[in-house]
Amino acid sequence: MKRYSAFAIAREALRNHTGWERAWSSPEPRRRYDAIIVGAGGHGLATAYYLGKNHGVRNVAILEKGWLGGGNTGRNTTIIRSNYLQDPSAAIYEKARSLYETLSQELNYNIMFSPRGVMMLAQTEHEVRGYRRTAQANALQGVDTEFIGPKRVKELCPIIRLEGPRYPVLGALWQPRAGTARHDAVAWGYARACSDMGMHVIQNCEVTGVRREGGRVTGVDTTRGPIDCDKLGIVVAGHSGRLAEMAGFRLPIESVALQALVSEPIKPVMDVVVMANTVHGYMSQSDKGEMVIGGGADGYNNYTQRGSFHHVEETVRALIETFPMLSRLKMLRWWGGIVDMTGDRSPIISKTPVEGVFINCGWGTGGFKAIPGSGWAMAELMARGEPGPLAAEFSLDRFREGRFIDESVAAGVAH
Amino acid sequence: MLLLTCPYCGVAAEETELAPGGEAHLARVGPEGTDDAFHAYLFEKENPRGVHFERWRHAMGCGKWFHAARCTVTLEVFGTYPAQTTEPPEHIRAAISAKRPGWTWRDLA
Repeated sequence: MKRYSAFAIAREALRNHTGWERAWSSPEPRRRYDAIIVGAGGHGLATAYYLGKNHGVRNVAILEKGWLGGGNTGRNTTIIRSNYLQDPSAAIYEKARSLYETLSQELNYNIMFSPRGVMMLAQTEHEVRGYRRTAQANALQGVDTEFIGPKRVKELCPIIRLEGPRYPVLGALWQPRAGTARHDAVAWGYARACSDMGMHVIQNCEVTGVRREGGRVTGVDTTRGPIDCDKLGIVVAGHSGRLAEMAGFRLPIESVALQALVSEPIKPVMDVVVMANTVHGYMSQSDKGEMVIGGGADGYNNYTQRGSFHHVEETVRALIETFPMLSRLKMLRWWGGIVDMTGDRSPIISKTPVEGVFINCGWGTGGFKAIPGSGWAMAELMARGEPGPLAAEFSLDRFREGRFIDESVAAGVAH
Repeated sequence: MLLLTCPYCGVAAEETELAPGGEAHLARVGPEGTDDAFHAYLFEKENPRGVHFERWRHAMGCGKWFHAARCTVTLEVFGTYPAQTTEPPEHIRAAISAKRPGWTWRDLA
């Protein structure tokens, strides 16, 4: 792999850009791999990357039914934060956030991580108490957050209206080291690094069955023929239930549509991420100038990758309440992703009833921010066969045993 | 916008008038149930890509609970029916079979 650098740009400028090579190869699948990851989104590629980097497992294929990063990795609002209430969540999201800080250098691929700060507005007394509690919890967990008053909110984000028509801004939970990153670049960077380690990233290859013998996985059937493996990692978000069914077990997951939209590009108006969970809307400004807006999740099962219209209306209403200057902005694009919701709104990184099959799913509405940490924990689980400290609490058994990691109260829908 | 006809008051209600209530025809597990059965009842919901049966409430209308048969891929509605039943009625099943031959849902077909 040729490294990207200022020198490389200068060199290619002098020879008409003829020397760039493909970022990753597209090989024909081999007959057998040590490990197969299903799903070449951020989480799947990160899993493969850390399998190779941390555990030396490099005979790996990542199978993708569509194109690389074309699912929820390319459909989110790119927010990265780790201000969670429960210890296991704070640990894995903070691991992810800290890995994001140096990911561009590590992958030699600019993921444009921008630690611009995330502000979660408190607009009711209940939220004020909740976020004060979260700030205290974060202090104990080693996550850098603080509760700030309305004056500081206005300083950080001058376009905000503090005295909203329904809910005034009473303060905010502020995480200065949180931010955003270029979501596609995260997938592309990991894919390039995996390809460089000799792994096979195979697109347009849908898994149609999981082969088992005596309660153990032996391989998968795909649209490009059968492939054998010792270990299988299922990292397919909204379609986890389908893959689990092929492997012969069930998941506590329901798939719903979550949507987002972006406006036409405008000049810089805000340099932080603002989340307003009571009125329900969240927003940041991309480097291109578009306002990136997160909407609500639908309340019913859905695989269509588009959300319902009335949620757009609700989201836009919430944003105009909070940012009146946006009222004449035109919306440019609108899309949806299928998110996998668990009962306690926390993910599953776990062994399964089938030996050799591991699952990483249930990230629901908050998966992008977790990609490096999730891949790190999943790789550890797949390499050792047992979960490490980051994954241990996120086992599939927790529902049966009542050890919930209940973030739904702490994080609300914007999660 | 999803449109469901309330089988009680006959109103073709828009999604905003309705409250989704999750999977239909759940068999409650009582004190005599096993841990596995209770776990499945609480958490292992049907999550099909295709034909699905759901509970809905006509929250901003007559307020009553009813059932809907719907496709989760196309959002097509096969029909709605009253909640006083433990499984979908014959005419709903026939309507689904006409459009999705070979459909299955739990042990129904």
